[in-house]
Amino acid sequence: MNFLDYTLEELHDKLIKKEVTAVELAEASFKRIEETDSEVGAFLALNKEKALEAAKEADEKGIDENNVLSGLPVGIKDNILTKGLTTTAASKILEDFIPVYDATATEKLEQAGMITIGKLNMDEFAMGGSTENSAFKKTRNPWNLNKVPGGSSGGSAAAVAAGQVPVSLGSDTGGSVREPAAFTGLVGIKPTYGRVSRYGLIAFGSSLDQIGPFTRTVKDNALVLNAISGHDPKDSTSYNGETPDFTEGINKGVKGLRIGVPREYFNEDAKEQGVIESVREAIKLYEKMGAEIVEVSLPHSRFGIPAYYIIASSEASSNLQRFDGIRYGYRAENVESLEDIYVKSRSEGFGLEVKRRIMLGTFSLSSGFYDAHFKKAAQARTLIRKDFDTVFADVDVLVAPTTTTTAYDIGEKINDPLAMYMSDILTVPVNLAGVPSISIPCGFSNDMPVGLQIIGNHFEEQMIYRVAQAFEKETEFSSQKPSFKGGK
Amino acid sequence: MAINEETVKEVAKLAKLEIEEEDIHAFTKEMDSIIEMVEQLEGLDTEGVEGTYHGLSSHNVWREDKAEKGTDKELLFKNVKTRKNGFIEVPAMFDNGGSEA
Repeated sequence: MNFLDYTLEELHDKLIKKEVTAVELAEASFKRIEETDSEVGAFLALNKEKALEAAKEADEKGIDENNVLSGLPVGIKDNILTKGLTTTAASKILEDFIPVYDATATEKLEQAGMITIGKLNMDEFAMGGSTENSAFKKTRNPWNLNKVPGGSSGGSAAAVAAGQVPVSLGSDTGGSVREPAAFTGLVGIKPTYGRVSRYGLIAFGSSLDQIGPFTRTVKDNALVLNAISGHDPKDSTSYNGETPDFTEGINKGVKGLRIGVPREYFNEDAKEQGVIESVREAIKLYEKMGAEIVEVSLPHSRFGIPAYYIIASSEASSNLQRFDGIRYGYRAENVESLEDIYVKSRSEGFGLEVKRRIMLGTFSLSSGFYDAHFKKAAQARTLIRKDFDTVFADVDVLVAPTTTTTAYDIGEKINDPLAMYMSDILTVPVNLAGVPSISIPCGFSNDMPVGLQIIGNHFEEQMIYRVAQAFEKETEFSSQKPSFKGGK
Repeated sequence: MAINEETVKEVAKLAKLEIEEEDIHAFTKEMDSIIEMVEQLEGLDTEGVEGTYHGLSSHNVWREDKAEKGTDKELLFKNVKTRKNGFIEVPAMFDNGGSEA
């Protein structure tokens, strides 16, 4: 049993026909992890005993014919709370933290009958784009083990790309689902802000964070988003409108749709032309399939990075105040006063990148700089949002590259925070605007996968999936398998 | 330089962080280049533009003022390092033990 050979519907079909059991699927997942994870390094914790128990229960109860996720294995990013299973956000400060409740997204997947296999590596507190900021281990890209899997949800991406699990959950504050999906040849969505409850997602930038699934195919992705979406009284920012079936209309094709191509997202001087070429090819295919291609402009895009780094870091500096060494998490030893507990626990418990963000955020919110930094960034955010409102009055979706390059070498950017920040240039405006966006595989450059980003208007995930599905049906990229080459 | 070592120390104090003396020079340089990058926003005309501070445009969300059972207290203590008489035990807040505070 190799998860790379089947869609979720095919696995479900096998379960219904009793060609395979939920226990066998869970066992296959653990076996694959055992075979590949010493190289890939996707998992931080395994849930073996409880997963096998839950799978056994699912088999005994009988697989629900009307529920395609029933009995299927899933991996969860380690900043999403899982009751009774360590949740560290890949930080020393939460090294031994065991949640006493589930995140709403986790709970919904378990209600749907999914089996939690384990917790996935990430950049500490989701701050980074390569998963190199994890306090615990490196995760490698299954397409080339010398390269990063992207981040911050790098473990979630690598686990699905390596066939360890058919689905995983990640979180996206500034591109943390879409970038690793692009780097590992997967489908990954950042839903509309409010679509998925953030309850139990360890907060980074609360006005930007969204949970989203990684899958190999577009329809699989829509099926998982169906399960985790919806209003949650425990998250007052979750959307209380209706949740449509995201697979509805997925096969309608793109004939007659207007697809916008934002000129600011195509840097013709980019150092890796292969990315732009692949995306241009994808656009040609859409045109051939009957879509109308319209060049559009998002004029404030270049202010996305500075605005994002101020807003996300300011929110993080406030959110991360809760890590004080008192109620949970790491507590420094040999402390003499309460102040000592705070300062020493935080200084010893947080990694360098997290400290940088807390410092930038604290600085941006401090009285002398609030107007020039935080307020200015919030105003820039309004202008960026209006850019999207304006173009969506005219087009159905936007298409662009997800990233400026394919996956880079491990170690290449880790000592250059600014270069790392600039890599988010094509993903952060979406979070600032709150709109949904997916990355799907659309080609290869330097033998590594390239991601096509499809951005929709608020709450128009159905349209995104429809446009993504049209491309997937016409191409072979989603069935390509990684080579695990390049490693030692 | 947008910031100097003194500012970094001041901000670290506000953030309850300690930057080691030997790292302060390199850290300041790094923070300075990051701050210089975010200050590109100076070039943006935002005259009369309202700020966006939330992910959604919805405003206050209300619920009925009805008591509901929260998380069990014992459960919430599960990740506490030190406890005493149903409270979290921490070092004294004041020099004299705080009993007169």
